[in-house]
Amino acid sequence: MIAKKAFSPPDHQIAKPYFPRSLGQITGSPRRAWLIAIVFVMSLMACQPTSEDGPKKAHEAQPTLYYFTWSDYVGPNLIEEFERQTGARVVVDTFGSNEELLAKLQSGATGYDVAVPSDFMVSIMMKLGLLAELNPAAIPNADLLLDRLQRLPFDPDHRYSVPYLWGTVGIGYDSSVLNAPPDSWDVLWDPRYKGRISMLNDQREVFGLALRSLGASINSRDPAVIDRAKQKLLQQKALVKVYTSENYDQLLAAGEVVLAHGWGGAVARAAVQRPSIKYVIPKEGGTIWSDCLVVLQSSRNKELAMRFVNYLLDGQVAAHTTNRLRFASSNREAKALVSPELRENPAVYPPDSVFERLEWMEDLGETIRLYDRGWTELKLR
Amino acid sequence: MKPRGWLLGISLANLLFLYGPIAVLVAFSFNSSRLSATWNGPSLQWYRELLFDHALLVAVQNSMIVAAVSTAIASILGVAAAVGLESLPVRKQRIIEGAMLLPLIVPEVMLGVALMLLFVTIKWPLSLVTVTIGHAAFNVPVVMVIVRTRLRKLDPHLLEAAADLGATPWQAFRRVTLPLLAPAIIGSVLLAFTISLDDFIVTFFTGGPGSTTLPLKVYSMIKSGVSPKINALSAVLVVVSMALVALAAALQRERK
Repeated sequence: MIAKKAFSPPDHQIAKPYFPRSLGQITGSPRRAWLIAIVFVMSLMACQPTSEDGPKKAHEAQPTLYYFTWSDYVGPNLIEEFERQTGARVVVDTFGSNEELLAKLQSGATGYDVAVPSDFMVSIMMKLGLLAELNPAAIPNADLLLDRLQRLPFDPDHRYSVPYLWGTVGIGYDSSVLNAPPDSWDVLWDPRYKGRISMLNDQREVFGLALRSLGASINSRDPAVIDRAKQKLLQQKALVKVYTSENYDQLLAAGEVVLAHGWGGAVARAAVQRPSIKYVIPKEGGTIWSDCLVVLQSSRNKELAMRFVNYLLDGQVAAHTTNRLRFASSNREAKALVSPELRENPAVYPPDSVFERLEWMEDLGETIRLYDRGWTELKLR
Repeated sequence: MKPRGWLLGISLANLLFLYGPIAVLVAFSFNSSRLSATWNGPSLQWYRELLFDHALLVAVQNSMIVAAVSTAIASILGVAAAVGLESLPVRKQRIIEGAMLLPLIVPEVMLGVALMLLFVTIKWPLSLVTVTIGHAAFNVPVVMVIVRTRLRKLDPHLLEAAADLGATPWQAFRRVTLPLLAPAIIGSVLLAFTISLDDFIVTFFTGGPGSTTLPLKVYSMIKSGVSPKINALSAVLVVVSMALVALAAALQRERK
């Protein structure tokens, strides 16, 4: 044993001289190695694309449009028709929230032509200079906007954005479980439904709901009021099964929750699978929202982008989208083309009486930090 | 050594915990009901829908391209690193190996953000190319570790014999070491390919317009929450990944 240790070096060290120790040994001479290394590095650097490469390639090849939108906004056949009409190619990427959209655009994902931010995100993007001015002549369909959607607070002249889909936020509930339709947001604090309530995973919406139930505005900037809203939400937390913006329609339809805070369209979709599901906007009121089409400043093909925006706003195309998604279109002609049962559905087209209690979400500037902190605390406790 | 009953029980419980959710996922992909929560009889319609989903096929193509190219880069660099480390003194080996393992140790989110910041700072627009570079970055240590493990088990006397017979170090490497390393290299290539296929976080941060890969597509489909098509897609991904990893493991077994 000892003899073995004394006389033989560790096994892997025997092999050392027999491994090629340098590029010089592989290529035959150190000079050749350096030459190869330099050529390799230089070719790598030449490969680095600049932003000018894009348009050159675009003109040579088929024009391509990059569309950045919500996950469920593009259905089958929507794009094919546009591709057929213009001969362009449409590449769709998706995001799940406004914050995600902004983060991606700010972190250097240039190259998108058209995006679909929500109302308050449009004003944030306008302030950051991310949006290109729209040419009204290129988007004639923008003249067909519903009256209610014209002159919106964040972009009254539609210089940078055109509303695309709009709707409300309310409560989807199972009418076979609740004996009377809920008329207040406070039903979400009712201990009888503990563990069968779902809330949106959206900071502004959840706080907005709490603020309205306290009689304040969803755009409140008063720290004391925001704190009271936060305390109220903390009390509710034990009753909430899940905070989700995605599958609450599935949960409703499956009967796992009986009260869901959600967007009208999704609740309408759940009602298809479970007819006892109904939608209500409580008496305290809530949010009216609109997702808007914008053309990005960094777009390399603004003309094609505006053509696409115009296409999406076309009555037929819009009606098709509404039929599938159950979100109302901004085009007033589309309403006539939508299927009749959707026209009557208050989750999709709210009755006029409701509009007085609805508020648009605004960009809160620096005050959003109070909401950020409150939301984080709510999630962590 | 026969495992005792309760040890077996614990192992089974572990397996159930790990694979239970995946089993349910795959089972429900055959569900003919649109609703993910209630079973309604078997059906293959979701798999059929997968075939006709154009955006999905584009994502598959992107995934394949990124996986293939990043694995190629990673395997060349990884093998070179493994071999190169062997000829260094032990202390230097440990330091460099530690540095090279960083992409595996660092939280993936940090890696993704760091890569994204790098590309933004040098003004390299985000695209499939940047995704490939990101994937190569964390695949190099994977290949290196696996190849190095095998390398250390090689009989050094074989190389000594090759030198005795007149081979230059490069010839010895090409004709003796590489063939001996082949199972490890192939295994690590398959593993790197699988990791690249399944990667989400780094792809999420380093991707730009048009660089949607399969995992990103699954993520966005979940957000739409529409149908068991997601289950079908995930089932396919799981089966492919497991097959590749099993193949890699089989190839790495010592041949007697």
